[in-house]
Amino acid sequence: MLLIPCPWCGPRDEAEFHYGGQAHVVYPDNPAALSDTEWARYLFFRDNPKGPFAERWSHVAGCRRWFNVVRDTATNEIHAVYRVGETGPVNA
Amino acid sequence: MSTDELPEHPDWLWSSPEPKRSYDVVIVGGGGHGLATAYYLAKNHGITNIAVLEKGWLAGGNMARNTTIIRSNYLWDESAGIYEHSLKLWEGLEEDLGYPILFSQRGVLNLAHSMQDVRESVRRVNANRLNGVDAEWLGPEEVKEVCPIVNVSPDVRYPVLGATYQPRAGIAKHDYVAWGFARAAAAMGVDLIEHCEVTGIDVVDGRVRAVQTTRGRIAAGKVALCAAGHSSVVGRMAGVELPVQSHPLQALVSELLEPVHPTVVMSNAVHVYVSQAHKGELVMGAGIDAYNSYRQRGAFHIIEQQMAAALELFPIFARAHVLRTWGGVVDVSPDASPVVGLTPVDDLYVNCGWGTGGFKATPGVGWCYAHTIAHGEPHPLNAAFSLERFTTGALVDEHGAAAVAH
Ligand SMILES: Cc1cc2nc3c(=O)[nH]c(=O)nc-3n(C[C@H](O)[C@H](O)[C@H](O)COP(=O)(O)OP(=O)(O)OC[C@H]3O[C@@H](n4cnc5c(N)ncnc54)[C@H](O)[C@@H]3O)c2cc1C
Repeated sequence: MLLIPCPWCGPRDEAEFHYGGQAHVVYPDNPAALSDTEWARYLFFRDNPKGPFAERWSHVAGCRRWFNVVRDTATNEIHAVYRVGETGPVNA
Repeated sequence: MSTDELPEHPDWLWSSPEPKRSYDVVIVGGGGHGLATAYYLAKNHGITNIAVLEKGWLAGGNMARNTTIIRSNYLWDESAGIYEHSLKLWEGLEEDLGYPILFSQRGVLNLAHSMQDVRESVRRVNANRLNGVDAEWLGPEEVKEVCPIVNVSPDVRYPVLGATYQPRAGIAKHDYVAWGFARAAAAMGVDLIEHCEVTGIDVVDGRVRAVQTTRGRIAAGKVALCAAGHSSVVGRMAGVELPVQSHPLQALVSELLEPVHPTVVMSNAVHVYVSQAHKGELVMGAGIDAYNSYRQRGAFHIIEQQMAAALELFPIFARAHVLRTWGGVVDVSPDASPVVGLTPVDDLYVNCGWGTGGFKATPGVGWCYAHTIAHGEPHPLNAAFSLERFTTGALVDEHGAAAVAH
């Protein structure tokens, strides 16, 4: 089980969290202006790297807040945790 | 014991040649799908100048880790087409490969626990029948007749309101299946090359030319990806983005028990599925771990939840012990259907997105993917499973029938 350091509550068991997938996926400014290819990309394609991955978690059984984590998907090691609105490490 | 007392090594089922400098077709990934694809390329299309490149050992990925459930009772026509084709191939596979695979058609029950489950299940039974797939709707008492150890009493949290039943479904021995395909493909001249990781894909003017590997550059007329959980990683080597996410998927077995469980039981709602292997272990699986990961292990709380669900359905398992748990890495697609076909790069083909349920498809996808590679265009049975469907919107949504985990 992962031990996830919530930026508000501190380290807690993974079972207290809900996973939110890739972080920093911005909703398109004007969806109607996108081509089908661009819309498909926004809807169905997410990064899936083997290595550092910026992702969202929500502490549903605690403070109920969303935040960002940089975790290495090859090792599950957590490299960084930062709040929504804060800037993550470069190359995350 | 000194080495001269060891028994003779049994005959190898395939040779391990040095890689040649070039092949007509290079298959990336020596799991069930890669091996079956090589077999049908040789057998159905006469293409034998093929290498299957495997970074570890043959079938050491999900092929050796799955819980071997085989069925074809999916909802949509497109899915019924490819999964039922596969099931028909399973029915003759042992003879075709000339190798035992312990295919046992003991049937599968997909349980319904709510009125919504019941409606969806009955709909799926009707859809299956229209597609020539054997399917029945059973009430709780009939469920008990098929599998006497299921608890069908009404006073549990998720009572069994009935089940769909596919009598032709079943299980097989996954490693024998891989070895059977490997042996037969090697006998037709296919080079099976283990400990050879693909580290790059050379694309020139939009056309694939070669793969870079830990054992040197290998030129290729065509390259066919079969990397399951690592599909995104190998796709990127050619600049091809794929709509899949890699997740751990776990399973477990109990110690060996007397035969008690005559069929396969799956439950979407309580999140577990169970069969009993030929040797006697209870084989159980659940859903994926939620986060993306390439680690072949998952969290223990998933196992605990899965055991709790199994116990509610099968109170008789209360004293059984978990012998072993393990995990694989599965490539999950947005619509719970695979991607099999062409890519934006010429002569580069993709087979991925089978997620939690591709073992059952092994012969079927091998057959269709081989056709796609040989002809440069999809077989009719995999045409709907193109990469373009995510742009056109013609998804094949099998979240209902894909069930708990396969
Ligand atoms: C726990 C578990 C239970 C499952 N239960 C079922 C079930 O009951 N029924 C069912 O139908 N399906 C089930 N599945 C899904 C099924 O196992 C997969 O969909 C299927 O095995 C995928 O195809 P494959 O056999 O070719 O994959 P794999 O055996 O994973 O083959 C892919 C191969 O590619 C190799 N590879 C990756 N990258 C490279 C590279 N760069 N160079 C060279 N080689 C590379 C890997 O080492 C691997 O051997 C289950 C999966 C798991 C993990």
